[in-house]
Amino acid sequence: MVGSIAALGAGLAVIGAGIGVGQIGGKAVEGIARQPEAAAKIQTAMIIAAALVEGVALFGVVVSFMGLK
Amino acid sequence: MYKSSILKAKKTTLLSIFCVFLALMAFSVPSFSQEHSAEHGTDTATTEHVTEAVAHEAGEAIAAEGGEHGGEKAFEPSEVISEHIADSHSFHIIGKTALPLPVILYTDKGLEVFSSEHFEHGHADYTGKYYTYRLIKDKVNIVGVAGELLPAANVLLMHSTLIDLSITRNVVSMWLSIAVLLIIFLAVSSAYKKRNGQAPKGLQSFMEPLILFVRDDIARPNIGYKYQRYMPLLLTIFFFVWINNLIGLIPFFPGGSNLTGNIAVTLVLSVITLIVVNLGANKHYWGHIFVPHSVPKVLWPLWWVIELVGIISRPFALMIRLFANITAGHIIVLSLISLIFVFKSLYIAPVSVAFVVFMDVLELLVAALQAFIFTMLTALFIGASIEEPHADAHH
Repeated sequence: MVGSIAALGAGLAVIGAGIGVGQIGGKAVEGIARQPEAAAKIQTAMIIAAALVEGVALFGVVVSFMGLK
Repeated sequence: MYKSSILKAKKTTLLSIFCVFLALMAFSVPSFSQEHSAEHGTDTATTEHVTEAVAHEAGEAIAAEGGEHGGEKAFEPSEVISEHIADSHSFHIIGKTALPLPVILYTDKGLEVFSSEHFEHGHADYTGKYYTYRLIKDKVNIVGVAGELLPAANVLLMHSTLIDLSITRNVVSMWLSIAVLLIIFLAVSSAYKKRNGQAPKGLQSFMEPLILFVRDDIARPNIGYKYQRYMPLLLTIFFFVWINNLIGLIPFFPGGSNLTGNIAVTLVLSVITLIVVNLGANKHYWGHIFVPHSVPKVLWPLWWVIELVGIISRPFALMIRLFANITAGHIIVLSLISLIFVFKSLYIAPVSVAFVVFMDVLELLVAALQAFIFTMLTALFIGASIEEPHADAHH
């Protein structure tokens, strides 16, 4: 096997981030489609939730940094 | 038309102090390298050290670009990247010049100060007044008589013979951001005093929406009616994190050092949050943690464990989130640039640079967003700790 297993761990963590942020974006777009005048509030909530989900995924990346040889 | 003379004076005096500070840094370093006393080095000493630095930077640059000169070591992307996101004892300016920064060590025998010039980027040992020092992976170690190495104290290795208090690249970058913050905010606050009752003008009208944003969208909704006490803290955290993120994105001197991507810096910021949240908390907050009325008494020990872990884990998440986001951004940009050197072809450059510009724009968003998230979560935790119980609470 070429490379390190730490990179595999980081890749798995990023799958979670992708699914999470994708869901957030999808629901936000649905909400805006239902009620266009609430677009600004929905956008703010979406950005905040995306940053929190990214934080969790980056926990995984940080642990893989620590496991890097 | 009427420009307040106080406003002008504050900005120019601060700017001149800042320039004096930069000049002092450049010229007082040779003094550290010669003697322990605080005399300023001569001009010849300065040029001597600069030419030494030039020669070694050139050697390193050639080795790093690799491949073009036979016999040089190959380009190692992971090594170059980790060197760029880590702290350093010298501040690389452009091409072959670097600014050597003072190394300040507190050994158990006394204080030792010298210029990092003597380490010659890790190729030479330096024998100081008390011990012999060597730079290993950019950390100062003591070399004993038999060649054994004693590393410097850090967060995990607290009790050590060597405490490293050097002025490193991150410290200089922090001083730069402090200077920027002071210049901007002293100018704005003096303008408010001078123009009391009038419409804001110039820098004021640029900063006012940002400050009102922190007050109306971060502080007031999360903290409630006592938000004014916490406004200085929230404003400081917001602008400190944002400006440090932005300075880290500038690719040339004096920017480019990964300050908020250093876990020690984010640790301190989150410890500040921990202290403010827990020391300012009211009875109901602690009551809810230690005497939860809605939980059966059998589960109380488990509840205590969970809640106490929660107290630590929330600032811990703040620390990791900021550190990982900023470091990841820097790593992405550095990896895309090192693509040019991995492929050893100049034709990769347009593609690589285009990608890097796109990533840098994204990083601008991340810089502001991470500052906002840090401040908002701090405000949220503060609000949760000073929350009054609702009128219909059962306790």
